[in-house]
Parts: sequence; structure tokens; C-alpha cells
Amino acid sequence: MAGKSRISRDEVARIAALARITLGDDELTHLAGQIDGILDAVAVVQEAAGTDVPAMSHPLEISNVTRPDLIRPSLTPEEALSGAPASEESRFRVPQILGEEA
Amino acid sequence: MSELVRKSAAELGTLIAQGELSSREVTQAHLDQIAQTDSAIHAFLHVDVQGALAQADHADKSRGESNSPLHGVPLALKDVLAQKGVPTTCGSKILEGWRPPYDSTVVAKLKDSGIVILGKTNMDEFAMGSSTENSAYGPTRNPWDTNRIPGGSGGGSAAALAAMQAPLAIGTDTGGSIRQPAAVTGTVGVKPTYGGVSRYGLVAFSSSLDQAGPCARNVLDTALLHQVIAGYDPKDATSINAPVPDVVAAAKRADVRGMKIGVVKELSGDGYEKGVADRFAESLAILESQGAEIIEVSCPNFKFALGAYYLIAPSEASSNLARFDAMRYGLRVGDDGARSAEEVMSLTREAGFGPEVKRRIILGTYALSAGYYEAFYGSAQKVRTLITRDFAAAYEKVDVLVSPTTPTVAFKIGEKSDDPVAMYLSDVATIPVNLAGVASMSLPAGLSEGLPVGFQIIAPAMRDDRLYQVGGALERELHAKWNGPLTNQIPDLQVR
Repeated sequence: MAGKSRISRDEVARIAALARITLGDDELTHLAGQIDGILDAVAVVQEAAGTDVPAMSHPLEISNVTRPDLIRPSLTPEEALSGAPASEESRFRVPQILGEEA
Repeated sequence: MSELVRKSAAELGTLIAQGELSSREVTQAHLDQIAQTDSAIHAFLHVDVQGALAQADHADKSRGESNSPLHGVPLALKDVLAQKGVPTTCGSKILEGWRPPYDSTVVAKLKDSGIVILGKTNMDEFAMGSSTENSAYGPTRNPWDTNRIPGGSGGGSAAALAAMQAPLAIGTDTGGSIRQPAAVTGTVGVKPTYGGVSRYGLVAFSSSLDQAGPCARNVLDTALLHQVIAGYDPKDATSINAPVPDVVAAAKRADVRGMKIGVVKELSGDGYEKGVADRFAESLAILESQGAEIIEVSCPNFKFALGAYYLIAPSEASSNLARFDAMRYGLRVGDDGARSAEEVMSLTREAGFGPEVKRRIILGTYALSAGYYEAFYGSAQKVRTLITRDFAAAYEKVDVLVSPTTPTVAFKIGEKSDDPVAMYLSDVATIPVNLAGVASMSLPAGLSEGLPVGFQIIAPAMRDDRLYQVGGALERELHAKWNGPLTNQIPDLQVR
């Protein structure tokens, strides 16, 4: 509660890196304070943690749904690439994904 | 202002079907109303003038072949649903300029029934918010008082209805994003049973909670639109394969005699403004006078709902929004040929996401991370079970539950924008519904100091018809008292 911080600025920085979001120093400090406040407010759920009830991830009782494996019309390569930031030879063009040798 | 824009969707549909009006005239009147009012309201992010007129002309040509009661009637579409070839941003810079190459199922169904889509409405970025202030394109203003918020996340759709820019709108509701805007703008909005309306082509925020639904200025119009968009869709693995409840018949029957209506004890008291509580009590008295039995019901685990929601929704969002990776569509920042894909991804997400989206992704990533998962996400999932059991126990005693939709009337723009916890409290009465996947409506109950108050009805899963049955009954008496829909009383929109 008040005074005791649930999450540090360094921890927010680590989480932001995991979430692939670059954050500036000011943003990091501001966000750490706000996330701390939110965690305080939502920690009430821990009162229910001891209860012997099953966890629920979804409102419906669902099982996996499959469809027949049939060839059907789909997007053309041009349509699929229509929103791409960059494309080349009917493919998405992306920045390097492996480090290159110097 | 053309008198046409005050007409209900049902009336317009009938006049178009009878050949008294063309869809083109009706569509043009609404486009004119948007042109005249939207600089003050900012309900729309994109007005598709050419597309709407082309759809209207097509509707006029195909009039004889249609038996849809909404054939040729215009609609405002929340910008979170994909419409082929029309910009779809979700209120985010990260999707600026993106034009989907396909139609969402909701849009395909609208087009099939001859409904004309006027354009895309403003929203909190990726539907995260309760005020529309989190839109990257600036806030929408409440037509009742342009210094106040129109609710969120679907503030654009609700404001468009209140400002007579459209007689119908589509919203989506993850924690209240249809019902809270409906409440604070004096309009009607329904969050159908989870799985009742296809999510195919609805840009995902929290997949186990998101649900698209109908919005209008009266209960029957809402039911007519509900009938159009609901139903099984093989493209959505969570779509319910069962007949759609007959919501239109229920709205017309509008009879509560012998019904048991449960007042949720936990959704009242501290935090609920007096004007809100008063309008709620008056609405209950009306329903009682119409022959319903009013019973107080306790749902003790609702006190955990807000906490559970603000763990579950951000957790799912942190996973869903991972798709915005700057590779296949949307914004790409910093691709100078030297930076790695991972660096470009991180820079793009910094530039493309606004503060609330970042806040929720970080919160969700934290709640799902090793060492915290059980304490946060795991506990929230248990709460979800407890809340679902509260509903099940309540529905053994009553047919529907009711509460005020929101604790307060519309607040001022800027009042809560840097206090996330205060903002989250706007949804305290709407959130339990999404966690359990049941159906819910908000409809106007009157005014408090000149601003609208919403009345919430909650029905069991796949009994969406009961929302319309109760809402229709209450509305009949309130419209008689107000001499028409509440939105006719908006000060600056009076016909002079």
C-alpha cells in the first residue's frame, strides 16, 4: 500500500523491453508511478486467491473448432501486401533479423 | 437541420421500402448533418461520402428485392471494425492510413441487409478508455455539452447518434464501451451475449471480453440492428452456433407483467451521484407499476470485478497487440537499413502507441510474467469464476438484473485524463457483465442537471430478448413523458 512500491522503475524498463516498446526516461518514471497505483487498486483480487475455485479464462465452454481442409478463395498476394510498409517480389520486406558480420 | 435526421431507423426503413423516400435523400441528409455539426462534435474519423452515396444508390436500385426493415438506412461504424478499402485506424497512429483488404463479418452483414455505412467513428485507442480522450486523433465531444466527454471507448458512435448524424451505429464493448457512452449521451446500446455477434474483423483488444453490438436512439431500432448483425459465423471460433433470440418481437411486446427484476445491491450507494440514483429509482417504480416484481439481489463478488478486469483485459491486450510489429502492415519507424527488426519494432511501438495503450501493455506483460502470474492473472481468473457464479445464483431468483449504467453523468474533458484509476471507476457497473459473458443494455432514464443518466439491464447468456422486453416497456412510458426520445431535448440541436 502507500509508501511501499510494488514495481520499480527498473522493472518497468525490463518489462517494456520484453513488450518491445522503447521508452524515454521521463515516460519511464511517469509510467512506473502510474502502474504502481494501478497494481495497488487491482491487488484486491488476491483476496480471492485462496478460494478453492477453478480459474476461468473464457465465458464459453469451448473446444477447438476445425473446418474441412478445402481450397477456397483467399487474398491475392497484392491484397495481402497492400498494407505492407515495404515489399519486394511478392514478399514482405523487413529489416535484418540476424546480426550481420562487420 | 433536415427533419429527416430526427426520424427513427424503423421509420426511415419503412418510408424507403414504400418508395416515399430514397436512400440517397436520407443518406445525403445525414451527410449534410455531419458536415454541419462534426467540427464541434468530432464523432467521425473518416466520412466516406462517395462510398455512402454509392451504397445508397445501390440500395435504391435493389429496393424491390429486399425484405430488410433497415434497407437503405444509414449507419455510423466504430473504427475498430474492418471495412474493405476504407481507412481503419482503431484511433491509433500505428494504423494510420491502413485500408483493410477484407470486410469484417459485421460489415458484410450490414451490407447484405442494405444498410449504408456513412463512415468510421472515433474511439479511445484500441478501445482502451472511457472518454474517447485516448484517441490519437483528438477527443469526441458530448452533444449535450461539448465541454464534456461522450463516454468511451465508443464515444464517436454514441455522439453521432445523439447529434442526429446517424440513426444507427455499431459499437464494441469490452468493459462497457457500448453501454457507458450510451448512458452519458442519452442513447441506447446493447452488449450482446458473448459469442452472439461475430468478432471476425473486429480488431482484438481482449478476446475473451470483446463483443460488438447495436446502438440507436430507441429500443426498437437497436433490436432491428441486433437482428442484422447477430448469428453464428464459422469464421469466429467463439461464435455460438444457436438461433438468435427474437429481439425484435421482444422489443415490440415490451411487456414486463409477472417478470422478476433484481436490483444489484452492490451497484449502488457510495460513488453513485444522487441524480443517477433518483432516475434509477423512478425507472424501477415505472417497471413495478407495469406489473414487474422488484427484488433486491446481492452479488458479493462484484467488488472484485474492477480489479480482475484491469488484470485480464491488459493481459490479453499485451498479447493481442503484439501483432503491431511494423512488419506486415501499419506504421514502420526507424528502418534506416542499419537497425535490426527488433529495434525497428520497438521504435515503431513507441511512436505508434499512445500513453494508455503503453500503460496497459506494460501492465499486462507484468501480470503475465514469471513470478507474478499466479498472484495477479491467476487470482483474476478465479474472480471471474466467482462473478459468474454470482450471476448464476441471481438468475435462479430473477429474470433480469438492473443497475445504473454509470455512477456519474458525463464528466468534463481533461478531468480524469491523467488519473487512470479514477477513469477506470467509470466502468464499475458494466464490467461484471463482460467477465461473465452475459447480455446487457443501457437505455436513457432521464436527466440529472441537464445531463443524461443510463439504466442498465442485464440478462442471462442467450436471453438477449429479455433486455428488449424490459427496455421496451420502460422506454414506452418514458417516451410518453418526454414526448419522444430523450435526444430531442439536446439544447443546441433544437430545430429553430
